[in-house]
Amino acid sequence: MRPLRIVLRSALPFLIAIPLCLALQSVLSPGWSIIVIAAGINVILAVSLNVVNGFTGQFSIGHAGFAAVGAYTAAKITTAMHGLQIVGLSAGVSDQVVFLIALVAGMITAAMAGFLVGMPSLRLRGDYLAIVTLGFNEIIRVIIENTPFLGQATGISGLPRLTTVLWVGLGVIATISMARRLVGSTHGRALLAIREDEVAAEAMGVDTTGYKVRAFVIASAFAGLAGGLLVHLIQLCTPRSFTFVKSIEVVVMVVLGGMGSVTGSVVSALVLSFALEGLREVQQYRMVLYSLLLIVLMLTRPTGLFGTREIWDIIKLPGRRKAARVEVTP
Amino acid sequence: MTAPGAVLEARHVTMQFGGLKALSDFNLTLMPGELVGLIGPNGAGKTTAFNAITGVYPPSAGDVFVAGERVNGQRPHQICMAGVARTFQNIRLFKELTALDNVKVACHHGRKAGFAAAFFLTPAFVADEERITARAEEYLKVMGLSHRRDALAKNLPYGEQRRLEIARALASGPKVLCLDEPAAGMNASEKVALMELIHRIRDQFRLAILVIEHDMRLVMGVSERLVVLDHGVTISQGVPERVRKDPKVIEAYLGDSYLEEKKIAVPGAPTT
Amino acid sequence: MIEFLQHLVNGLSVGTIYALIALGYTMVYGVLKLINFAHGDVYMVGAFAGFYLANAMGVGGTPSLARAIIVFVGSMGICAALGVLIERFAYRPLRHRARLTSLITAIGVSFLLEYGFQLPSIPGIGIPFPPGPTPRFFPEPFARVAWEPFGLYISNYDVVSFVTAVALMLILQYIVYRTRFGTSMRAVSFDSQVAGLMGINVNRVIAYTFALGSGLAAAAALLFAGSRPKVDPLMGLALGVKAFVAAVFGGIGNVPGAMVGGLALGLAEEFVSGYALSSYRDGIAFALLIIVLLVRPAGLFGTFRPEKV
Repeated sequence: MRPLRIVLRSALPFLIAIPLCLALQSVLSPGWSIIVIAAGINVILAVSLNVVNGFTGQFSIGHAGFAAVGAYTAAKITTAMHGLQIVGLSAGVSDQVVFLIALVAGMITAAMAGFLVGMPSLRLRGDYLAIVTLGFNEIIRVIIENTPFLGQATGISGLPRLTTVLWVGLGVIATISMARRLVGSTHGRALLAIREDEVAAEAMGVDTTGYKVRAFVIASAFAGLAGGLLVHLIQLCTPRSFTFVKSIEVVVMVVLGGMGSVTGSVVSALVLSFALEGLREVQQYRMVLYSLLLIVLMLTRPTGLFGTREIWDIIKLPGRRKAARVEVTP
Repeated sequence: MTAPGAVLEARHVTMQFGGLKALSDFNLTLMPGELVGLIGPNGAGKTTAFNAITGVYPPSAGDVFVAGERVNGQRPHQICMAGVARTFQNIRLFKELTALDNVKVACHHGRKAGFAAAFFLTPAFVADEERITARAEEYLKVMGLSHRRDALAKNLPYGEQRRLEIARALASGPKVLCLDEPAAGMNASEKVALMELIHRIRDQFRLAILVIEHDMRLVMGVSERLVVLDHGVTISQGVPERVRKDPKVIEAYLGDSYLEEKKIAVPGAPTT
Repeated sequence: MIEFLQHLVNGLSVGTIYALIALGYTMVYGVLKLINFAHGDVYMVGAFAGFYLANAMGVGGTPSLARAIIVFVGSMGICAALGVLIERFAYRPLRHRARLTSLITAIGVSFLLEYGFQLPSIPGIGIPFPPGPTPRFFPEPFARVAWEPFGLYISNYDVVSFVTAVALMLILQYIVYRTRFGTSMRAVSFDSQVAGLMGINVNRVIAYTFALGSGLAAAAALLFAGSRPKVDPLMGLALGVKAFVAAVFGGIGNVPGAMVGGLALGLAEEFVSGYALSSYRDGIAFALLIIVLLVRPAGLFGTFRPEKV
């Protein structure tokens, strides 16, 4: 197959997404834009976390920490390169290029953080990963709050508003594509096998530690992407956006949607994002309702809305691989 | 150094768990195509021997060689890639995956395309997937499970689950196949079919097969050679006809009161 | 030298509190293999229970030892009941499910307590419940007396707190290792299925374990009230996490380990923040956690039980 065809086939979702996002962008009011973008960022967080918690069956509850790493990296880059104009490009295009660099850099640093955290802790039993990721989330917060270079508790303000519906849309498509292609591949099957029975997976030739780390690194990278997008939406980069509470909100989205279901993560992230907007009036009761939802959900339907069913098992989407057929009852 | 041509060799393997010596000075040499039975009363250390060979627990002492290469201390997935596959005493299938996917997982280590290729849907990746699917379907066919390819492993009847586990182990392309009580829970006719199956896969895939079993008729019928363990110690080895008459073996299984009753003398034991 | 001793005193003082809370985590993990995220918030409830009881008994106005003891025991009882309730309705139904499910439920219960207690008070019931987000303050149960031997600062509160905490820990140690109940508890922590087959009422043992752990958390809250009289709905968060780290450090599931871990953490915090950077105080717990998990994940006294294949 000619290289061009390969590129086109793998880039197809993006090519479809770009005009859709641009259309959406022109139609939405500024208020709604923010809501939609925030929802999209949550989708990226939920789908990426699902790779670790859903596909690989691990317990990571510190996802916001990795988002923070990506966010601060991106923020530092855009502030450093602020006003810089790349030779030969107009100011507007130059800004976009800087943003792309910042986001990619954020993904890379977040991925490295994922590697550093994952390598030692994925050797251990499941519960320990929960502890370590929680700990990491908090340590990042403490480090940021004590480092002047990172703006300490007040954070870095005055960030340019670079995140648009288009950027978030591309990010969402990238994340969903990643998850979908992963689960339909032999690598994805290796992850599922690890979730099902780690000992057997190892005995059948799967490097379980290596794969768990890989899943973790990928999830962290996309969390970093979400972080970079978030801070350039609210134009502020503080540790308060990346607390343990935020991590739990993402865990709730993943569990509500169904661990192992990308569709579920997308739907629940969207539903919860919009619902939380609607509940802005009852801010006080928001977290109480959230926690009740969590408890009731676990007691009645732990598999979540979708279990592990995917929309592409029902509707034939173009260019899809046949994903591993999975149903999980935790 | 190692026995020439031996596909699996265990030398002086000892397994100690805290104060318990589960396996003492275990020695085994397997030649390609051999069918060896590993028997002994419950708790004798048979599965421990398997675990030591396949790297689930690193041996406390001793060495394991696969095709001349030392593997003790390596992780199980590396030993699998070196050529040792196994099934488990309590079936360990990937319950929520289909039968086909279960077998596909075992084909994973033969892939050519890396992680990134999956995201970009490269031709190498696509070729990998097709090759893995074809291979997995082939092994399902060998074990007579083609009609179950899309069934979830947890929904299969018990006998088919055992066969699926074997299919999965075979799909990893081993030189040595370790079967841990493959006949457990099977009825008489299933056991006969299993015996034929074991012979057939040995011939078709040119494997050495090591079987742990409790059913004496099955293991005598399948094995060319037997190794008997009791409390971690090898108490007898040899061809089935000789081993079944060995007083030490009888004592291990039936107790010394049986020996006295039958007035069987155990060489080396004190006579009252 | 004086500074060193002062840090030692403070460290032990805080450490015993961490130890009491850590015991709750470790015992529940031992029998259920569950990280009870809600435990820190049970501590918070204990503090509020003490607050309401103390006010109801008029402790602030006329301090008396008898009343203090009633408040103390009463709060422990309330928390024990809370622990049993949580276990019965939130964790027991999920015992046969995957562990992540219970973990998430525990997080749910934790948030429910934290944010539920921050809701505005229900009018017309006499006491300000829920307390709402503004912090309240414990009334002093007895007059504070401070001594300053050789320049150290020790108050009677510190002494009472330390002695009571140690006494409670000794009692618990006795219960766990010298009584039939304790043996049942340890049996359940090794293998709950087999323990059940041996005639142990596993449900009852688990319920009592929760009761014990929660009671100790309440005790910790009240003992701490001497030096930290502020009560607010989020007080259990930071403390709970630290106590949990202490439990992991000592070997989660191991009772003496939790005690040692708590003391070690208290001392470490005191000495490191005293002699080095004080703003990193909260981070010390996590640094300790990372070190433990990297060097000896099973903790000081924990054993890594390999999975049987």
